[in-house]
Amino acid sequence: MSQADVTMGAHSALMEEPAFRVPAKKMAMWLFIIADSATFAGCLVAYGFIRNATPNWPRPFHGITNVALMTLILLTSSLTMLFGVRSAQQGNKAGAVRWTMITAVAGTLFAILHIREWMSMIGEGATLFHNPWGTPLFGSLFYSITGLHLLHVTSGVIALIVVGLRYQGGRYKADDLEITGLYWHFVDLVWMFVVPLVYLLNLAH
Amino acid sequence: MTAATEQNGVKKDLIVYFCILALAGIQFFIAYQDISASQMFVRMLIVAIVEAALALLFFMHLWENRGLKWFVVIFTVAVILGMQYGWTDSFRLVDGVPWAK
Repeated sequence: MSQADVTMGAHSALMEEPAFRVPAKKMAMWLFIIADSATFAGCLVAYGFIRNATPNWPRPFHGITNVALMTLILLTSSLTMLFGVRSAQQGNKAGAVRWTMITAVAGTLFAILHIREWMSMIGEGATLFHNPWGTPLFGSLFYSITGLHLLHVTSGVIALIVVGLRYQGGRYKADDLEITGLYWHFVDLVWMFVVPLVYLLNLAH
Repeated sequence: MTAATEQNGVKKDLIVYFCILALAGIQFFIAYQDISASQMFVRMLIVAIVEAALALLFFMHLWENRGLKWFVVIFTVAVILGMQYGWTDSFRLVDGVPWAK
């Protein structure tokens, strides 16, 4: 037992309970998620405002195959993350690491499909400041919102690999894997709003 | 954690996963409906909110922590509602500008 544990133990009766009986690290992740959801909500409201205020808003998407596949992969990665956390809580270290790495692979696949879609749009002439279908604001908003989400996915994949390996090495505990899982589910949750607002509402009929 | 509890947990996760998948499918179905953009927006947003609620409650385990659940819901809804003040102005931009019909 370390000196810090002895000191904390001696004073535990005098210390306040953590807010909502949630450990500090988990609470910090929840506060980050709330702040980040405000960031995404701000972006999506700004997008809705501009889309609503711009006559002849372009509808360039002709198919849903790619975005449907991306959605399936991201939703499934949330399930594999749940299995990983569950395995860690049971003390099944090998299972936890395996499911966490499967989640990271799914995230990587999602990012590859996303970049492939960007490349195809760039190929059609749609960039940040220009597109062949009318208002250049479409490109700015599309790349900004999906880019911010892609940044979150990429950070999530890196976090999953780092935390998974450190958990395997014994430096991190099951709680740390659960906190990383919370972030991953949040990334999935944001996609549930990005798909209908940015993709499906702009489907060519 | 007993084996039975663990099995129930996995079963619950799978049920929630398939519900979310089905709701995502409904969003794609709505996208092909012959309705106005505003109707489509409202329907898709309602489905997205239900999907997000399921993910928050069961994937992120908010269901098991009542205090935190209300803290997250009230705080997030307050912030998002606060962002809605500008919508009327977006209609003014369409109808009030010199090139409006």
